[in-house]
Amino acid sequence: MSTPSPLHAVHEALGASFTDFAGWTMPLRYGSQLAEHEAVRTAAGLFDLSHMGEIVLTGPDAAATLDYALVGKLSAVKPGRARYTMVCGGDGGVLDDLVVYRLADDEYMVVANAANAAAVADALAERAAGFDVEVADRSAATALIAVQGPRSAAILAQVTDADLGALKYYASAPAVAAGVDVLLARTGYTGEDGFELYVAGERAPEVWRALTDAGAAHGLVPCGLACRDTLRLEAGMPLYGNELDATRTPFDAALGRVVKFDKGDFVGRAALERRRDADVPEKVLVGLVAEGRRSPRHGYPVLAADGTEVGTVTSGSLSPTLGHPIALAYVPTAVSAPGTALSVDIRGTAVPVEVVALPFYQRPA
Amino acid sequence: MSSIPENLAYTQEHEWVDLTDGVATVGVTAYAAEQLGDVVYVQLPEVGATATEGESFGEIESTKSVSELFAPVAGEVVEVNEAVVDAPEHVNNDPYGDGWLVRIRLAGDAPELLSATDYTKLTTEGDA
Repeated sequence: MSTPSPLHAVHEALGASFTDFAGWTMPLRYGSQLAEHEAVRTAAGLFDLSHMGEIVLTGPDAAATLDYALVGKLSAVKPGRARYTMVCGGDGGVLDDLVVYRLADDEYMVVANAANAAAVADALAERAAGFDVEVADRSAATALIAVQGPRSAAILAQVTDADLGALKYYASAPAVAAGVDVLLARTGYTGEDGFELYVAGERAPEVWRALTDAGAAHGLVPCGLACRDTLRLEAGMPLYGNELDATRTPFDAALGRVVKFDKGDFVGRAALERRRDADVPEKVLVGLVAEGRRSPRHGYPVLAADGTEVGTVTSGSLSPTLGHPIALAYVPTAVSAPGTALSVDIRGTAVPVEVVALPFYQRPA
Repeated sequence: MSSIPENLAYTQEHEWVDLTDGVATVGVTAYAAEQLGDVVYVQLPEVGATATEGESFGEIESTKSVSELFAPVAGEVVEVNEAVVDAPEHVNNDPYGDGWLVRIRLAGDAPELLSATDYTKLTTEGDA
């Protein structure tokens, strides 16, 4: 049993190839993944992300609940702003990475990965015990449409009167787009400027069509989840299930900065303090680049100069924008400095790679 | 759905074979190319190498996955398509033409391969 997106009929009419993703039937690509990827880097792409989970917390203790339930300090986020954060277990392991929007003083929306949405909703409900807050899982009723790429503001401007210039990166505001009430956010997962529109599922096709029409003159193309993965990889962004999982802390993923200790008790605090202060060398997440076209892939062993296995690739692909293979991998701290020469065992052949600083790709300023 | 050329033979591994004068030209089908997605890397054997029927003689990598290429016939590799190594997108754009991969001179009898009708059946069953 796989749930179709509210936009399923639209995707079928566009001839999409579908994939089962965390219980949802979602577009993988419409034509060429590489062409969709390039459109986002040079013009704009239109994504259906309705599989993502939306959990809304409302009440006088909403901020205090999230300060306790998540590793970030969500009480410090101003209404109208958003924050990238994580929810961890008592052992400090990452249960999911999240974007949290503060909608009002007493209202937040937590956006979770599809595969973890139910678990995150359950964890929030459980951790809300004793707080004056209501936790509502709105995932099923909420569609999410993203417009990403350098032309996205020009496209959005044609369907909304909202002041896009005033909407900063990681900000959100209620708006009307194509005559439909949406939450308009300047967020994304592609490394480009872009917007995400949270909208009631039954109104999503109207918004999609209006954006398609507005984008036609700007080179906007519909984009599937396949190019979303190569876009986020080029931008050095982690994917839960690849770079992040319950056996790793935010510190392992080189994302310790999301853990805020200048607040009261929170789930995972003691374990994360120990991890922060540990002096034992742990593996850390690094970027790798290679020459040629043969790409390291998820699960491939990383080898030291003497051929011993020292780590594992978590994501890898030929970078469509850069034209050479890129990968994320966990390696020991001792060999994690940019410039370090390693190799990856690509189906029996040791292919030289070099550790590089992330991200692989940064959009022109 | 792309059409399946009537004049070619096919394998269970979604390769096509054009057998002419004892030489088999081999490629992957449009169905396979569509399933793979954008092909970004093709590794082919050297000219002169021996192909063993049913065994791997190369690999084809898309943005999504890596697949082995299996020799549909036994024999000597007499030509490889260098153009497709340099521009793997030929596999997607023209799988039965510019996207051909290797030519193998048959060492023995031609094996039994699927007809276009049988292959159509194979791919449509997969879609059901």
